[in-house]
Amino acid sequence: MARAVTTRRKVITTAAAWAIGLLIFFPIYWTILTSFKTEAQAINDPPLFFAFNWTLENYAIVQERSDYMRFLWNSVILAGGSTVLGILVAVPAAWSMAFVPSKRTKDILLWMLSTKMLPAVGVLYPISLLFVQFNLLDTRIGLVMVLMLINLPIIVWMLYTYFKEIPGEILEAARMDGATLKEEILYILTPMAVPGIASTILLNFILAWNEAFWTLNLTAAQSAPLTAFIASYSSPEGLFFAKLSAASTMAIAPILILGWFSQKQLVRGLTFGAVK
Amino acid sequence: MGQITLNQVTKSFGDVEVITPLDLTIEDGEFAVFVGPSGCGKSTLLRLIAGLEDVTSGAINIDGKNATNVPPAKRGLAMVFQSYALYPHMSVRKNIAFPLRMAGLDKAEQNRRVEQAAAVLNLTDYLDRRPGQLSGGQRQRVAIGRAIVREPAAFLFDEPLSNLDAALRVGMRLEISELHKRLNTTMIYVTHDQVEAMTMADKIVVLNAGHIEQVGSPLDLYRAPRNLFVAGFIGSPKMNFIEGAEAEKLGAHTIGIRPEHIAVSESDGPWSGVVGVSEHLGSDTFFHVHDTGLADTIAVRADGEVGFRHGDRIHMTPRADVIHKFDAQGMRLP
Repeated sequence: MARAVTTRRKVITTAAAWAIGLLIFFPIYWTILTSFKTEAQAINDPPLFFAFNWTLENYAIVQERSDYMRFLWNSVILAGGSTVLGILVAVPAAWSMAFVPSKRTKDILLWMLSTKMLPAVGVLYPISLLFVQFNLLDTRIGLVMVLMLINLPIIVWMLYTYFKEIPGEILEAARMDGATLKEEILYILTPMAVPGIASTILLNFILAWNEAFWTLNLTAAQSAPLTAFIASYSSPEGLFFAKLSAASTMAIAPILILGWFSQKQLVRGLTFGAVK
Repeated sequence: MGQITLNQVTKSFGDVEVITPLDLTIEDGEFAVFVGPSGCGKSTLLRLIAGLEDVTSGAINIDGKNATNVPPAKRGLAMVFQSYALYPHMSVRKNIAFPLRMAGLDKAEQNRRVEQAAAVLNLTDYLDRRPGQLSGGQRQRVAIGRAIVREPAAFLFDEPLSNLDAALRVGMRLEISELHKRLNTTMIYVTHDQVEAMTMADKIVVLNAGHIEQVGSPLDLYRAPRNLFVAGFIGSPKMNFIEGAEAEKLGAHTIGIRPEHIAVSESDGPWSGVVGVSEHLGSDTFFHVHDTGLADTIAVRADGEVGFRHGDRIHMTPRADVIHKFDAQGMRLP
C-alpha cells in the first residue's frame, strides 16, 4: 500500500517537474523555432509548431546586416573581464568575512546584498554622469567596471558561503607551517574551494553576459555586446519576429552551450547551503 | 632547544576572561600535558603559545626570546590538530613537504626529509595517496609527519587522539611517547583524558576555569593533589570524598580515599555498605557501594576475582597511610 502511494507520488512530482521545466523552457524553444520560420509564418495565427518550411534565411540576413562577431567579442570581453576582476576582489573579501569576521560582518554582507534591491535605473543618472566625466561612455573598460560592481555582492556572498565550509583549522595549520597570507589563500584556500569558485565564475559570467540594462544604456557602437545586437532587431512595429528570433538565438547560443556543459557545477553552486 | 615560559599571561574574549593571569615554565625536552575539563581553557592556552590567538596581556618566551608578538610561523613550533587539518587536495608527500616548501628548501632536501619522516612513521607506502584515502590513524601520523619535518623547537598537540577509536588511541599514545623519547623535543599535549595525561606526561598541568590548579609529575599529582579538584580529576575511578564525622576524626573537613586504597571483605572493616553496580574488567572489579553512611557512593577497586553481587553487604578498610585530608576551602592539609 505504502509502496503504491510512493510510486503515485513519484509520478505526480516527476510530471509536475517536467511541466514546470517545459513551461520555463518554452520561450527559448519558441524563439529558436521562430528563427527558422519566414516573417509571415512567424506571426501566423494559429501559431505554427512544426508544419512550416524550415529556412536559414533569417540567419543569413542577420549575418549580412550586422557584424555578429564584433558583438560576440564584446560580450566575451565584458563578461570575462568583469568576472576575472570580480573574482580578484571577491576572493580576499570573502576570505576576510569568512575567517576573520568582525561583529559587523553579517551586516556588511546584508548591506552589500541590499544594493541589489535598488532598481538599476535609480543610479543610471549618477553613473551616466560619471561615465561622461571620465570619458567612459561606449568603452569596454567602463562597462567591465560597472558589470563587475553590480555582480560583486552576489559573488562575494557565494564565495563567503563556500569558504565558510572550509575548516578554519586547515588554514591555521598552513599558518603554523609558515604560509604567508598570500600563500595561504593561493595554495590552500583556493584549491580547496575550486568547485565553489568555478560555479561562482560561471554564474557571474552568465549574469554579465545577459545583463541588458547597463550594456544598452552605456554603449553605442564600439563596445556594444550581444544584448545590443538583439535590441537592434526589435522594432516598435514588431514586424521582424523571425529575424529578432534569429539574432536572439545567436546571442544566447554560446551561453546556453556553456551552461549545458557546466550544469552540474551550476546546480551545485546555486543550491549550495540549501542542501547539506 | 625549546624552553617555553608564560609570564602573567591572560586571555579574554570580549568581557569573558578565559585565562586568568598565569605563570608556567615548560623545560626543554619536557613532555607537558595540559589537562582539565572541557572549557577550562587548555586549548586556548595552547593556541596562545602557538600564536593562533593573541594574548590579552602578559608575555610568552620561547628559548628565552620574547615571542608574544611573533607570528605563528616564526615561533619555530609545530602543531598537530584534533581534526588532523591535512590539506585534502595534496598527496601525503606534499602535505608533509608543505612546511619545507614554505621555508624555501630545495626539492631534493624536501624529498630527503619527507622520506625520512615517512620511514619513522611507517608512511612510506602511502606517500602518493590523498588524505581522504587514509584511515584515521594514518591521517594522524601524516599530521605528525608534517610537524616533525620542520624540526621544530616544540610540538603542540591539541587533543590529537580524540577522533580515534579506543584501540588506535592506545597505539598512537605509545607512538607519540616513543617519538618523544627519540626526538627529545619539547612537547605540549592537550587532552581531557586523564589516562593520556598520566601515561605520557613528564609534567601535568591541571587547568580549571582558566587557571592552573596544580603542576607536577603524574605521580606527584596522584600522591599529593593540592586540592579537591585535582584529587577528583586525577585517578580513575575518581577518589572518594567523605565529609562529616569520619573526616573530623582525622582533623579535616573532607577526606579523600582512592578506590584502589580500600580493601573489601565479607566481615571485617570499619566501614560497611551494600553493593550496587559492580563493573568487571577482568583484571579488576569496581564496586559501587551504597548505604555506607559516609557518602552517596563509595567506589572500590578490588581484584578481578572478587565476586560480590548486587545487594551483598560488604565491609571496607581504607589504607590509613594514603588518606588525603582537605580543609573547608578544599585545600590539602599536611
